[in-house]
Amino acid sequence: MNAFDQLLHGFAVALTPVNLMWCLVGTTLGTAIGVLPGLGPALTIALLLPITFKVDPAAAFILFAGIYYGAMYGGSTTSILLNTPGESATIVTALEGNKMARNGRAGAALATSAIGSFVAGTIGTLGITFLAPVVVDWALRFGPADYFALMILAFVTVSAVLGSSATRGLATLFLGIFLGLIGVDLQTGQARFTFGVPELLDGINVIIVAVGLFAVGETLYVASRYRSGVDEIIPLKGSLWMTREEWGRSWKPWLRGTALGFPIGAMPAGGAEIPTFLSYYVEKKLSRKPEEFGHGAIEGVAGPEAANNASAAGVLVPMLTLGLPTSATAAIMLSAFQSYGINPGPLLFESQATLVWGLIASLFIGNVMLLVLNLPMIAIWVKMLRIPAPQLYAGILVFATIGTYGITQSPVDLILLYVIGGLGYLMRRYDFPTAPVIIGMILGPLAEQNFRQAMTISAGDWTVFFTRPISATILVLALLALAGPRLFGLWQTMRLKNQALAGDS
Amino acid sequence: MPDPTGDPVVAPRGGFAVGELCIALGAIILAAVMVWQVFEIPVSPLYAQVGPTVMPFFAALGLGALGVLLLLSAVRGGWQPEEEREARPDWQALAWIIAGLVLNVALIGPLGFTIASVILYVCVARGFGSRNPLRDAGIGLAFALIAYFGFAKTLGINIGAGLLENWLESIVFGVVPS
Repeated sequence: MNAFDQLLHGFAVALTPVNLMWCLVGTTLGTAIGVLPGLGPALTIALLLPITFKVDPAAAFILFAGIYYGAMYGGSTTSILLNTPGESATIVTALEGNKMARNGRAGAALATSAIGSFVAGTIGTLGITFLAPVVVDWALRFGPADYFALMILAFVTVSAVLGSSATRGLATLFLGIFLGLIGVDLQTGQARFTFGVPELLDGINVIIVAVGLFAVGETLYVASRYRSGVDEIIPLKGSLWMTREEWGRSWKPWLRGTALGFPIGAMPAGGAEIPTFLSYYVEKKLSRKPEEFGHGAIEGVAGPEAANNASAAGVLVPMLTLGLPTSATAAIMLSAFQSYGINPGPLLFESQATLVWGLIASLFIGNVMLLVLNLPMIAIWVKMLRIPAPQLYAGILVFATIGTYGITQSPVDLILLYVIGGLGYLMRRYDFPTAPVIIGMILGPLAEQNFRQAMTISAGDWTVFFTRPISATILVLALLALAGPRLFGLWQTMRLKNQALAGDS
Repeated sequence: MPDPTGDPVVAPRGGFAVGELCIALGAIILAAVMVWQVFEIPVSPLYAQVGPTVMPFFAALGLGALGVLLLLSAVRGGWQPEEEREARPDWQALAWIIAGLVLNVALIGPLGFTIASVILYVCVARGFGSRNPLRDAGIGLAFALIAYFGFAKTLGINIGAGLLENWLESIVFGVVPS
């Protein structure tokens, strides 16, 4: 089996002492930022992007992947003990997990989420191992027109399907595309949207936008709602060992959560929210004790946590095989690839086999590390939750400043950072999603590039996007994704009306 | 950079979707500015099937159309979640943090990263209700120095060194960096 040989080779890369160290640093840092409210993987990886100038790509991506996986593990600890989910994907975990902690079963909740994350992460990584080469085979047939269509699909799904409003999601996506277009056009050398500011000729660095939205904006938002109200941390009670009954009630939800999370994550739609919510409803339906839901049902922690981690693994499939990021974190990882001059895509598995398979192998190793970090060593992370908010957020802003000021040492960048932070605050307050900004910013220029190539190949014929079977199919899918939910909603209300009418007669 | 979407909204007044209206108008104005800027892009004599203006033009068009949709939604009462609409932002906390950010931009050049960071740190901590500025300054100083020597030196990014950094480096390394 080819993938298997490649994977063995990957383990040889990932198991070198240096790369093991990067993996450990990444998973530890990832768990820490997952635990701390106000910090997330996208922000952390953005702040660490300058490391791409110092270390070789394999080391950097092993570090980033460790942070990415680690944040998923750490996030669940916070939602269980503090009931303030750091990311939308862990809202569901807080629902049941925090109730379990209040009933004195924090240990079991933490255990089922850590072990569930491990199971899902490992199966998900196996999924990458075997799915990625298949997608690569298929993707080698893609031309620029097909890639452009694929990017349109990703744009539609990340901004219009996920989140509460298609209009607001798309508006932030277009804002991101605008930010991505600022600077010199690489093909013709013309300055675009620079407003005569020389600092903007090189474009706006994605670090500034990510840090502005996720660190400055988030801090402003939390401060505006904080009012010195202190969150109650539930002390770690209950054995970390799950009882036989708890194991019995956990293992099926883990597997079902994985089965939901990985495929949905791997689709160009991406996102962890849909699979976690789906998993929650599935477990509620299938549970033999549905009355416990809402009062601390262990299935409601086990399933969504597994779904969350499996979808995180799934997101890496389109990212590595197609160069298509479907989450803010994946988009920032893509910009790290760009900073090395590497183009993720089907050719990556040929030209950078050592890097890709080393990365995948490190995901397996990272999962083992994370299980150890998050179960026997959980007490350390619980202590981190006690960092007072004033110190935490002051520290976050100081770090945000270093990360930004360090790039060019220009006050213009800092002003831009704070303006984008203010924008991020407004977006939070007015319920605009932030991830589409990052995705639009990274993917917009790539979409333009593919669009131009496709038009050059077709000698200016616009119909090329609709006559190629692959791109036509994908565009139809994108249209369905945009209009589908609305049509479905319409159909639902019609059906309910009909039912009501039938009930009346 | 002029930022029409960032400026206008101050406070959403209960009942009227003022905030939403400003955001929608901001999006439309930004789109208009984008269209104007697209016409400023000189079309290159270099042959290209799709010139540098096509994508920006569509981006502006898209944003403008979405701005109009947002405007319609704002006129119909807005979209802000009820819970968010009722929450009164803590302006005092925000003022402290904004003051910290402004001071930071102003001072990081002349005084260097560490001192500017300590001021930022103290202001933000105050915004979050800390009542012990001296202790915060101490923690902030330690944090900024660790960040400066650890993070910046490891990543090899160059943060503006000021008086304090040079002085410390001269103690630690025995040389005064020029």
